[in-house]
Amino acid sequence: MQDLRVQFATSGGTVTAVDGIDFEIDRGEIVGIVGESGSGKTMTALSILRLIPEPGKITSGRILYGEKDVVEMTDEEIREFRGNEVAMIFQDPMTSLNPVLRVGFQVEEAMAAHARFTRDQAKQRVVPMLQRVRIPAAKDRVRDYPHQFSGGMRQRAMIAMGVSNEPSLLIADEPTTALDVTVQASIIELLRDLSRELRAAVILITHNMALVASLCNRVIVMYAGRVVEEGPTRAIFKNPQHPYTWSLLRSMPRIDETAKERLISIKGLPPDLGKMPPGCKFHPRCKFRIDRCFTEEPPLDEVDPMQRARCWVLMKNVPEPETKA
Amino acid sequence: MSAQAAPTPATDPTLKAPLVRIEDLVKYFPAGGGLFGRTVVHAVDGVSLAIEAGETLGLVGESGCGKSTLGRVIVRLLPATSGHVYFKDTDLTKVRGEKLRRTRQEIQMIFQDPYASLNPRMTVGDIVSEPLRNFGVARGRKAEQKVQEVMRVVGLNPNFVNRYPHEFSGGQRQRIGIARALVLEPTFIVADEPVSALDVSIQAQIVNLMEDLQAKYDLTFLFIAHDLSVVKHISDRIAVMYLGKIVEIGTSNAIRDRPLHPYTKVLESSVPVPDPDLESARKPILLKGEIPSPVNPPSACRFHTRCPIAQQICSEVEPPLEMKENGRFAACHFPGQL
Repeated sequence: MQDLRVQFATSGGTVTAVDGIDFEIDRGEIVGIVGESGSGKTMTALSILRLIPEPGKITSGRILYGEKDVVEMTDEEIREFRGNEVAMIFQDPMTSLNPVLRVGFQVEEAMAAHARFTRDQAKQRVVPMLQRVRIPAAKDRVRDYPHQFSGGMRQRAMIAMGVSNEPSLLIADEPTTALDVTVQASIIELLRDLSRELRAAVILITHNMALVASLCNRVIVMYAGRVVEEGPTRAIFKNPQHPYTWSLLRSMPRIDETAKERLISIKGLPPDLGKMPPGCKFHPRCKFRIDRCFTEEPPLDEVDPMQRARCWVLMKNVPEPETKA
Repeated sequence: MSAQAAPTPATDPTLKAPLVRIEDLVKYFPAGGGLFGRTVVHAVDGVSLAIEAGETLGLVGESGCGKSTLGRVIVRLLPATSGHVYFKDTDLTKVRGEKLRRTRQEIQMIFQDPYASLNPRMTVGDIVSEPLRNFGVARGRKAEQKVQEVMRVVGLNPNFVNRYPHEFSGGQRQRIGIARALVLEPTFIVADEPVSALDVSIQAQIVNLMEDLQAKYDLTFLFIAHDLSVVKHISDRIAVMYLGKIVEIGTSNAIRDRPLHPYTKVLESSVPVPDPDLESARKPILLKGEIPSPVNPPSACRFHTRCPIAQQICSEVEPPLEMKENGRFAACHFPGQL
């Protein structure tokens, strides 16, 4: 993905939801895109499939899949690409499944709709696919309707549909947000196993930093439509350089906290995409800002050979006492 | 009560001054006609609890366990099927008329979805002052002053009294909900998932605000949530609920460090932490099957159908919620063995 920009033409002018994003992902890699609502994380993922809702448009940049640019693909090519190469799993499996069709049939359709398998092959593969996503008694449950499945089982069925064509890229958008924590744990295990078995690249879009620590090799932190920091998971969690990443990690209560410490809260709200502040987009909420942050937007610069951050200050330059609440 | 009676969670001897005592509280909902008469949803099925004055008791459990229903029955938004809720010395399930009005002034609720719980056609000033009017506490200029004061306390600009809920962000709306709960100067607040609809950076603001308000006004909280990390952070003690029953109660550190009930252990092991090193070592205990229907809950111990260490006895004899250590209650035949 190179210099991707997604804009929405609204009555109030042009709104930039994603502004100049660059990143790469390899087979077998699990990349987490984290951010709060409105940070542009979902738009970034949707743009890989060219599924940006109207009136949104990809106004610049390239999305290279191997040698091919997704932005330039014909309708026929993009259809093939969506069906055979990429799978997307959404937050709410109930609204993504058709309530009046049997689950097994929907998995079969997902395969038969694309060229890889014939109708007969697709039929044969339904039960093994449901078994692969660990749906118990899969043979009996293929004839169930979505409402007969629990939330966790529906999400498994969605994943079965997604991986049935053996995609090389799997995009999971908040796949466990609607689920209970014990169910979440098993879905995360499943995604981890599938990425290994399929040797697929996985993009996990989430607001939950702990899930990223659990599953991802690499993290991209988004704020106000920009990547503000990215790097290997361990570096981002142990040594965050952008004040937003740093604060986000300290704003969530941790079950392993020993003494009761006050949470670091980030004052204010993320900016309205139609009314972006000048300079660094995070400066109105930043505790560590300097004069330059008010006027000039920092570039996403290398802070380490593997890690990049969009900040004039960087947390390594903030003296220890100033980081205390 | 005889002198020899074993301590129950409602008579926990480690509590000095319980503000709320819940005894054997039951809430059933009709679930339509079955073949052999009516079926019922056993949403809350014999819950006993005590909440110490000034503490935060966390109530944690997964969707459908009955935790929200329990909260609503406690504040009498829903009538109890049987059992008692004592607030100070008043039985809330029995009290009526003027006494009910006076008691209710002291008990308030904060809801999960701050948008659905605020009337979109009312200004913030009207929303926050409505309890004052309803209870005849203050009117006119005095009410206005009170509203401005609580708005300042919860971190809202008092000049925004004439704005409508849609003009505010989710976090600010939750502050409006908190202001409305505070305006009558209550002693006890039930907060039902107050932060789970909010963005991460906003959650911390609201959690910190609730802690500040508790310290400032000496409030007692029942904090209901599904997220054990948040509950652990804010609560002094935690009660864990599964399918209409409390399965374990203890201090929040004890619940995390040494869960006695296998369900608590499973919950604790499922919560991820934002640390990749700890995460690579964490092994969640995965539960088999799904949460059974509260219409037809399993016999004896309700967790036995999914419990990794269940024995024969667990499907035959219901383990009572009894004190295993000082102030530590668990309902399990094999506590601490998972």
